[in-house]
Amino acid sequence: MISLSDLKAGEDAVVASIKGGRGMIRKLESLGIRPGGRLKKISSQLMGGPVVVQVGNTQVAIGFGMARRILVKKI
Amino acid sequence: MKRVLLVGNPNVGKSVIFTRLAGIYVVASNYPGTTVEFTKGYMHLGDERVEIIDVPGTYSLEPTSKAEEVAVEMIKDIGEEGVIVNVVDATNLERNLNLTLQLIKKRVPMVIILNIWDETRHIGIDIDHKRLAKILGIPVVPTCGITGEGIKELVRRIPEAETSNYDYEEGERWHEIGNITSEIQRVRHRHHTFLEKLADASIHPATGIPMAILIIAFAFLIIRTIGETLISHLFDPIFNNLWTPIVSSLSKIIGPGLLHDILIGELIEGEIDYVESLGLLTTGLYVPLAMVLPYVFSFYLILSFIEDAGYLPRLGVLVDTVMHRLGIHGLAIIPMFLGLGCNVPGALATRILETERERFIAATMMAIAVPCMAQIAMIFGLVGPHGTRPIFYVFFTLFIVWVLLGIVMNRFISGESPEIFVEIPPYRIPHPMALFTKVRVRVVSFLTEAVPWVLIGVVIVNILYVTRIISFLGRVLAPIITGLLGLPSEAVAALIIGFLRKDVAVGMLSPLDLTTEQLVTASIVLTMYFPCVATFTVLLKELGLKDMARAALIMIITALTIGTLLHLIFTIF
Repeated sequence: MISLSDLKAGEDAVVASIKGGRGMIRKLESLGIRPGGRLKKISSQLMGGPVVVQVGNTQVAIGFGMARRILVKKI
Repeated sequence: MKRVLLVGNPNVGKSVIFTRLAGIYVVASNYPGTTVEFTKGYMHLGDERVEIIDVPGTYSLEPTSKAEEVAVEMIKDIGEEGVIVNVVDATNLERNLNLTLQLIKKRVPMVIILNIWDETRHIGIDIDHKRLAKILGIPVVPTCGITGEGIKELVRRIPEAETSNYDYEEGERWHEIGNITSEIQRVRHRHHTFLEKLADASIHPATGIPMAILIIAFAFLIIRTIGETLISHLFDPIFNNLWTPIVSSLSKIIGPGLLHDILIGELIEGEIDYVESLGLLTTGLYVPLAMVLPYVFSFYLILSFIEDAGYLPRLGVLVDTVMHRLGIHGLAIIPMFLGLGCNVPGALATRILETERERFIAATMMAIAVPCMAQIAMIFGLVGPHGTRPIFYVFFTLFIVWVLLGIVMNRFISGESPEIFVEIPPYRIPHPMALFTKVRVRVVSFLTEAVPWVLIGVVIVNILYVTRIISFLGRVLAPIITGLLGLPSEAVAALIIGFLRKDVAVGMLSPLDLTTEQLVTASIVLTMYFPCVATFTVLLKELGLKDMARAALIMIITALTIGTLLHLIFTIF
């Protein structure tokens, strides 16, 4: 299991768990990022910038701090 | 009365549908959060007039932002005869159904529309909408808001809205959504389209940053070219060849006196000078129509294209790391860009930021260091003849001030600035009609909201001169204006009019025979020292009295400090 920030661009993964408060979990869930859900990392920026992932047909930009607290399993 | 609420995720096209149904234009763009406040309109269902409301987008009924709270409140207060029209992005069924299933539990009559239906075909998604209607027990209508496809059918079906009795366990919602989608949706495998490849390239730092620089440079080049071409080939000839003879003969008929001063203004060497004469029919018309309007038009043409294509959120992601050092996240680039057109929509767009701290920082940065297009056009017009370098000094200084303000405010203002978390829409080729309408609405709003202020400004200038208030204030404020900023005391008139309209204010520098350095200093100070009255009113509403006072203090201090520094630098070198 690795954090979403460590996943490489172009890799697919399944969300394993989210280490965060209720607010953060809810926010992520509303855009389809939830334990058991699939995603694909599209890009990351230099120096701790946001991570962009593809969930279904949507791309979502997630701040680096938040991305670090999303644990995923590579597939 | 019956009430129809348009409810759905952000950026699914609610505003476009609303415009179709109510016939009232609301700005729609290709990024989430364009609608930050609800808009109300009316439509006819048969003989009945019903209220229709464009609710801000929400991803769920457990709100996570201010706009979402507004949405949830409105759904709660829907009333006895209310109907929900749930706007669903057909290309994002799974995520959208999450809200749909939550709405269903409200047990309110509902109709679902599968919007952006045309795109599903392009990207290889087949949806059995009749099956969805059967499963949920409510009408489902495929639509394409932009072209108007399916809207008639929607109007016909709204009265058939049903309360669904579909039920599920709350904890099993995503599982349930999975079941529904796998039952009604088939996704064909396909290759990446060109737009998708472009989308990915524009968000990778290695390719995205050079692209961003190119796009912005190119955008400004086009804005300048269109603006200049319109002025020199259309507006100037119209004024010089058609209008000048009329005003000249009018000037002779009226003869000297107060009426002449107000209508025509002062003749410069016996001739009408459209910038310096300062009459209602001369400067009052020429500045807004021939100097500013061409740039306002070309700016909104390009901005609207970039907005509707979906580029701004990507730019926001690219600049996010840097923007964090300024106390705001990447999405704050949106109010800044809108502010370049006019600070009023810019101030309103700060609502896409989550916390009060971010909104305060972004609004203050914008009000101080982002000149509006009206002012930029006048700076081009006045400083431009002195060369490109002074123009560069003006904008470079403003940019540095913008960055420094962010750094300082980030350090000293308490509160938190959350991280960016936003949906990145797909690239879409802007629809020509939608683009045209958007530009037209923005240009018309410039004409109806700005031109009256310009005219009022011109009248007030004349009154201030006639009553000698200007020369009095000039003497009183001379220590600041001449002592600190190195400008002639008459520049006080421009500073006063700057409260009304910045474009007129910049124009008023023209008769002062300023040196290039003084023009640069004056243009920068006029941008920073205080917002114009329209922006001020909106900021006061958005920030509240206390924060507005704080922001105003920052504005005045910044303007005086930077103005004095520039004066010093120019004196030394």
